Amino acid sequence: MSTTSVSRRNFLRVSMITGGGMLVGFSTLAEDEKLPVDGTPFSPNAYIKIAPDGTITLMSPNPEIGQGVKTSLVMLIAEEMNVDWQKIQVEIAPLDTKYGSQTTGGSGAIRSRYTPLRQAGATARVLLIAAAADTWGVTAADCYADNGFVVHKTSGKKLSYGELAGKAASMPVPANVPLKDAKDFKLIGTRVKDVDAKAIVTGKPLFGIDTRRGGMLFAVVARPPAHGKKLQSFDDSAALQVTGVKKVVQVKNSIAVLATSTWAAMKGRKALNINWEDASKLESTADHDKAFKDLLSKPAATPNRNDGDVDAAMAAASKVLDVYYEVPVLSHAQMEPLNFYADVRDGKAELYGPTQVPQSLVTAVAKELNIPAANITLGLPRQGGGFGRKLRPDNGVEAALISQAAQCPVQVQWTREDDMQNDFYRASGMFRFKAAIKDGNLEAWQQSFACLSNGRSPDTYPAGAVKNLRIESHSLPTNIPTGPWRAPTHNVQAFANECFMDEVATELKTDPISFRLSLLKKAKEQPVGRLAYEPDKFISVIELVAKISNWNKPAPNTYRGFSTWFSFNSYVAQVVELKMEKGKPKITKVYCAVHCGKVVNLSGAENQVQGAVVDGLGHAMFTKLTFKDGAAVQTNFGPYNFVKMRNTPLDVEVAFVPSEENPTGLGEPGLPPIAPALANALFAATGKRFRRMPFSDDIQFA
Amino acid sequence: MPKYNFTVNNKSVSVEADADTPLLWVLRDQLNLVGTKYGCGVAQCGACTIHYNGSPVRSCQFPVSAVGTGKVVTIEGLSEKGDHPVQQAWIDMDVAQCGYCQSGQIMAAVALLKKTPKPTDEEIDSAITNICRCGTSVRIRKAIHLAASKGGKL
Repeated sequence: MSTTSVSRRNFLRVSMITGGGMLVGFSTLAEDEKLPVDGTPFSPNAYIKIAPDGTITLMSPNPEIGQGVKTSLVMLIAEEMNVDWQKIQVEIAPLDTKYGSQTTGGSGAIRSRYTPLRQAGATARVLLIAAAADTWGVTAADCYADNGFVVHKTSGKKLSYGELAGKAASMPVPANVPLKDAKDFKLIGTRVKDVDAKAIVTGKPLFGIDTRRGGMLFAVVARPPAHGKKLQSFDDSAALQVTGVKKVVQVKNSIAVLATSTWAAMKGRKALNINWEDASKLESTADHDKAFKDLLSKPAATPNRNDGDVDAAMAAASKVLDVYYEVPVLSHAQMEPLNFYADVRDGKAELYGPTQVPQSLVTAVAKELNIPAANITLGLPRQGGGFGRKLRPDNGVEAALISQAAQCPVQVQWTREDDMQNDFYRASGMFRFKAAIKDGNLEAWQQSFACLSNGRSPDTYPAGAVKNLRIESHSLPTNIPTGPWRAPTHNVQAFANECFMDEVATELKTDPISFRLSLLKKAKEQPVGRLAYEPDKFISVIELVAKISNWNKPAPNTYRGFSTWFSFNSYVAQVVELKMEKGKPKITKVYCAVHCGKVVNLSGAENQVQGAVVDGLGHAMFTKLTFKDGAAVQTNFGPYNFVKMRNTPLDVEVAFVPSEENPTGLGEPGLPPIAPALANALFAATGKRFRRMPFSDDIQFA
Repeated sequence: MPKYNFTVNNKSVSVEADADTPLLWVLRDQLNLVGTKYGCGVAQCGACTIHYNGSPVRSCQFPVSAVGTGKVVTIEGLSEKGDHPVQQAWIDMDVAQCGYCQSGQIMAAVALLKKTPKPTDEEIDSAITNICRCGTSVRIRKAIHLAASKGGKL
């Protein structure tokens, strides 16, 4: 492989591959970063390979965790290359610095790849055309690319991309390849089915948990049974007697049992005799809740935001609303329990497994094992859900340490109970909201948030729309590990904010949608302080959801709740419809309007929003995790009450505001507004406010 | 260790395993049929659903010693070419997100449609109690209705 041509402007690199194919790479060098001297290969971050037989391969730099990125990234390339997307093979790239950041989180994959991957595709197209023109001795302008071929306009001659690839790789790379106008898109914005659909429905071994390698043992790990406990001593003699158990190794505060099958390893773990000792305080949910209330009784030392004079407005109010909202701890409960394959021998590590953070996983393994990162390879399977859990690399690090200690390849399998006891949980918290009402107006708004660890209220809507506004956050130190969970902070903040907004609208006897629109109009015309959102986009989703849900013409015997939220640069407005069946609410339909810039894969985008709605509804209705003396009380589905089909809406209608702007986030923004939309619908149906999740603690669902 | 002979996907198999070993782990670890998934181990999530003599069974709570001479079908054995009407409906509706639970969902749906060729929404609610963490229930329901509307041999 040799570097033949480098475009300084786009940092694209095109190379020839053995046998006459072409490889297009793309590098995201920072502006102040220097390009390597000509002739020195530099590392591109995304690859399109065109083989002489016409096979096109995209090495997807982002792990696939169910967000549909394998499919939508293919679409970006196919659009600009004028090739059938079904002809493109996609592989999840192993960890390699040449791919740039491979982290998947923060609804960022499409946002960050939208332009670079299209540029790579467009460059490939231009080079293929140039190669054809050169072959025929005509000008490039007389040729066009169509469905995997370059065609000569006048003669109708054509050559396939495969035939042209070798030559294309030697053509000079143009400095600035124009991208297609959004209005000319043929593929982007259409419905494309998941590229792995067939493999999924036939049960192919796509996932980390399916890893089977020669000489590999299955491991199950005994970890401290409560946060705040550590290993004192253990006796493994009985465990080693279990049929199939081969080895027992201690790694830090845990003991791994390695066996010839998962079941044997589980039985071996049960047979361990372990003494755990208290290392720090054993915390309980009841203590957390009491501490939150104490924190919220005092003002925070420094508000996150403080517009106008909230205290004066409260003092002058004719009525002050003052209410609390509560949210529980949640486990990520991604469907595929954590696992990881590791083979650490002779100072080298081969790793394969589910993670959202390939780079930091390898960095952490290198540090823990004290081996150079260059000696570590990491392959990435399709992943059975992420939701933020795998933003921590603990599963990979632990497997590497176990393999190192046992000196053999190992597949570490977490049980569901292990997952729920050893999570980096969505933090529980409590909100206190106050509103000053005077002369039929909202004069002041105060939101205070107290939560486990370090939650911080986002400085967003309705900030900018209310003259006197204060946002405060309080942290409760804890030894319970917490971490990001789908739409971090937004997933609780939206609930409290948008339920309280509904309470204020009710107090003001205004329609909840009209009330939001009037606030956003104020934010647009006379913003107060910094504005973190664009009022017009907010208004566009609210108006669209009002339209598709027939907000002004409610169906008989139907109760509705509305909510809206802005996160990851996207705007979502939702309406929940429910009916009462023998006094019990049953959700029938949900309407969503979304502004997320240009939609790449309409089917995938709609699926993400529908899924976020069901995810958010289920957790709002049923799910919580509590602690008693540092141990999770709910350690598996069942007690950890997860929504099932019968409690999900029959339909979730999703409408996107048409936009040609670059895409914004979509894996997460559909979730935050749904819990408050449901709570507000429940208020419409019952006259009662539901101020703590899960709502099933206070009402029975049909 | 006791030896068990039974039929999986129309093939005779012979395995040595402790009597209490759940069929799930025999399938996954010994027979390399990994399409059947582990999700909870307590028959709550349905990711491990297989067919035992045509009925849906959660294999994580089904000991190998209970299989006897019964016939086991896993997702791998549902169709030769992956074109079972329910698999096809899943593709047509673009159901999957992460995809992890879907083999169990499909096995549960096939069992439902065998018994009830044109299920109502209520019948779907009663029969499909599998968990999908990604929240694909809307499309699962539509895919079941689609497969039902096309009829075909299940």
